[in-house]
Amino acid sequence: MVSMVIRRVFTAVPLLLLVSSLSFVLLSLTPGDAARQILGTRGTPEQYEALRQQLGLDQPVYEQFWHWLSRAVTGDFGTSIINGTSVAGEIWARLPVTLSLISGAILVSVVVGVAGGVFSAVKDGWLARAIDALVLVVWALPVFWVGSMLVVVFAIKLEWLPAVGYVPLSESPTAWARSLALPVFALSLGSVAAVVKQTREAMLDVLGSDYIRMAAANGIPPRSLIFRHALKNAAIPVVTVVGLQTIGLFGGAVLIENLFAVPGLGSLLVTSALSNDIPAVQAVAVVFTLVVIIVNFAVDIAYGLLNPKLRSS
Amino acid sequence: MTLVAPFTEITDVSGSSSADSRFVRRLLRRPQAVACLVYLAVLAVVAIASPILLPDVAAERAGDLADSLQGPSSQHWLGTDSLGRDVLQRLLVGSQDTLIGVGVALVVVMLLGIPLGLLAGYVGGRLDRTLCWIADLVLSLPAMVLVIVVLSVFSQNLVAAMVTMGVLTAPALFRVVRAATLPVREQLYIAAAVVAGLSPSYIVRRHVLPRIVGPIIVQLSLLAAGALLLQTGLAFLSLIAGPPAPSWGGMVADGVGVMFQQGWLIWPPGIAIALTVLALGLLGDAVRDVSTEGWSPKRSPSRSTKQREKKKGADAPAISVDDDVLLGIRNLTVSFASSGGNVRAAERVSFEVGPGETVGVVGESGCGKTTTALAILGMLGHGGHVEDGEAHFAGQDLLTLSERDIQEVRGSEIAYISQEPMVSLDPAFRIGWQLEEAVRANTPLRGADAKRRVQELLEQVQLPDPTRAARMYPHELSGGMAQRVVIARALAGEPRLLIADEPTTALDVTMQVEILELLRSLQRDHGMAILLVTHDLGVVADICDRVVVMYAGEVVETASVADLFARPGHPYTQALLASNPHNQHAAGMLPTIPGSVPELGAMPPGCRFLPRCTQSTPACELGTIPLLQIGERHESRCVHAREVRST
Repeated sequence: MVSMVIRRVFTAVPLLLLVSSLSFVLLSLTPGDAARQILGTRGTPEQYEALRQQLGLDQPVYEQFWHWLSRAVTGDFGTSIINGTSVAGEIWARLPVTLSLISGAILVSVVVGVAGGVFSAVKDGWLARAIDALVLVVWALPVFWVGSMLVVVFAIKLEWLPAVGYVPLSESPTAWARSLALPVFALSLGSVAAVVKQTREAMLDVLGSDYIRMAAANGIPPRSLIFRHALKNAAIPVVTVVGLQTIGLFGGAVLIENLFAVPGLGSLLVTSALSNDIPAVQAVAVVFTLVVIIVNFAVDIAYGLLNPKLRSS
Repeated sequence: MTLVAPFTEITDVSGSSSADSRFVRRLLRRPQAVACLVYLAVLAVVAIASPILLPDVAAERAGDLADSLQGPSSQHWLGTDSLGRDVLQRLLVGSQDTLIGVGVALVVVMLLGIPLGLLAGYVGGRLDRTLCWIADLVLSLPAMVLVIVVLSVFSQNLVAAMVTMGVLTAPALFRVVRAATLPVREQLYIAAAVVAGLSPSYIVRRHVLPRIVGPIIVQLSLLAAGALLLQTGLAFLSLIAGPPAPSWGGMVADGVGVMFQQGWLIWPPGIAIALTVLALGLLGDAVRDVSTEGWSPKRSPSRSTKQREKKKGADAPAISVDDDVLLGIRNLTVSFASSGGNVRAAERVSFEVGPGETVGVVGESGCGKTTTALAILGMLGHGGHVEDGEAHFAGQDLLTLSERDIQEVRGSEIAYISQEPMVSLDPAFRIGWQLEEAVRANTPLRGADAKRRVQELLEQVQLPDPTRAARMYPHELSGGMAQRVVIARALAGEPRLLIADEPTTALDVTMQVEILELLRSLQRDHGMAILLVTHDLGVVADICDRVVVMYAGEVVETASVADLFARPGHPYTQALLASNPHNQHAAGMLPTIPGSVPELGAMPPGCRFLPRCTQSTPACELGTIPLLQIGERHESRCVHAREVRST
């Protein structure tokens, strides 16, 4: 366990450095730098040079990077070149929004996905086949399209839920839940499909294994074979898929936040990218990577809990 | 304890071209695959041709504004968008960017994934570990986010976005190629090629690549679907394909913008995207099915045909059986479904086990011993079913019981242990937990009583430190300890019969002796009958009262142990005795039985042992040989049994 934690930290640091330095190098290649971006077409060459110096853009890239890095580790990501606000402040305000969206989607994926997968592995008949077909269709639908359809049906036709917008938890828990319901549903569909599929395959695999047959031959009832023995062993590949899906959910969140006008990190990323707000883009990329690393870490711990072999070695 | 249906691996050394064409032919036999390929081919033609045939569409800023937001009509088959442009035309022309995006990503994925995967899988060692580490690193990056970072530098640049996507997802293909290369490399014919002095690049091209084409195509179709969803997603966010360029994602965004006025518009691009993703996904599925053909496990085991027949007859009268017979098997015939029809793994098998008696079932591998044992417990698994026969146990025919009823028998009346103790225990649970579960499943004991019983069981099987053993996981046990635990589990329900399938085969010699000693003492203390399946006559001599010799699915001889060793009544038994290493006193060559057990489904007419028999006469070829009584409780399936017996 301890060695695993150390190993994770050893991968986390290069990963963060890689993402931040890559984005830094990339962004320094941008034809119009931040100074040009701020001044637009109005500024004189003198003003431009002065601003460049002020922003440190006249220094070599690696010094800029070092400068940025030494501030970033203290949580200072600079100021937005579009509206001059603190990027870190913006991120802190938006992080909880994205995290509630994503944790909601993970919860739905695991609960619905595992239940559906076990059902389809154990039962035959039309319902199991219907689940299989549904999984395929859901997997093929783009998340932004599903989101749009949900808005049409549940917000416009049925008027059950708000179409767009976000209400903070502190304002009203019910309104918060209602504002997240459609985005979470839309975001989770794809990963529900993936989890159903993986759970089904893992369950079928484990149910065909020798130790399940031997347990059955010695009188262990099917209920226990399925829900204790098979499910715990099948959970290992399922956890892998949930981990991978979670990383994918961050991509989906970018789309969903824009579609539902949810003020999270994803919508910040897109607006910053469209307006070349370099400090903001960089910071969001690093924060996303950091969150993904934490997710991977959680997945590793889950492995350790599920697989006794990993724990003891 | 694996039950391998007749299955011959075809090792194709002849080269790749014939294997490739066979693969393609098998793929084209599947309607699903053909439909996907046709759809994708049509789409490719559309993507190339429509921008040429409709040159104005790509730059069209607005159509007839008075005619905007119309539903489908004869003039505009799929209606018009918010700026009055024809939806069908934009859909057709927009396919080009979509496919270019997917194509770019796939090319990058292949250029990185395939060579590096081959290299890692083929070379192994440190290089392999480094590449895997990097692959894991890259796979744990949020791809969409990094693509957007790139797009904030290379504004609206489709190629830059999709190259990034390709680099970030290449590790997925890398891992598949590496995993597929590893086992191929281990195979004998590759080793032979290396010995023959062929260059690595030749071996990879000629032998490795053709075999991993299937997994590569499967992974590529999945990645293509992912790339398509990403491309349309970016267009939806107008990060690529900015107006007026037509794109599927952009058209969905346009449709969402006017959803309140015209709900129709998000359907055409949505369906186009979904169909394309489906076509890619289903194609991948079909390719995977074709490349693993014949291996796919069937979902539900077929119920025994006999059981179905008996069901119709409702309550059959309880059969009265002698008190001195615990288990009576009569005419048991078991067959397995194979590609060439049903093959019989056990035919007309009959024998009896008395209460407290130990009966050995001996024979070489593939003689139907394990099949018989599993049939008794109703555990034949996929494709196997009981054609005919009876298995009387405690006044009921086990073969007619419903699944629910036979479950009651398993564990509490008849328990089972197999030759592979290490794979008989669930790796995810502690020993104590698994034993307690067996106690609860097979006895009324609960809570502290059940725990005490677990302790007792562990002591009974003579584990050195029962309390410690209970806290261990199966992987922490040695083979001998694991077999003791497996025996303890079998004893949990105090069964009247223990079926032990090669219980000592996987153990080293000292362990074998200890486990046999344990079985013998347990039998003495509990009066439990044992049906011992083994290929080792030494074990039989050690522990059994009577013996059933099986050959090629048939019982060829039954006798008491003393009779069998003193006066074997079948040439096969004689041959087994002669090749038994325990009989070898001098350091001479160990005699073996020449030839091998005939393949299931390819039985010779007449005596099945005839091709290997040294005492055969023309009479042996005439028809099926019956089991003949040749002494007191001594039967043989040999026409010359009496002569054989006296030799």
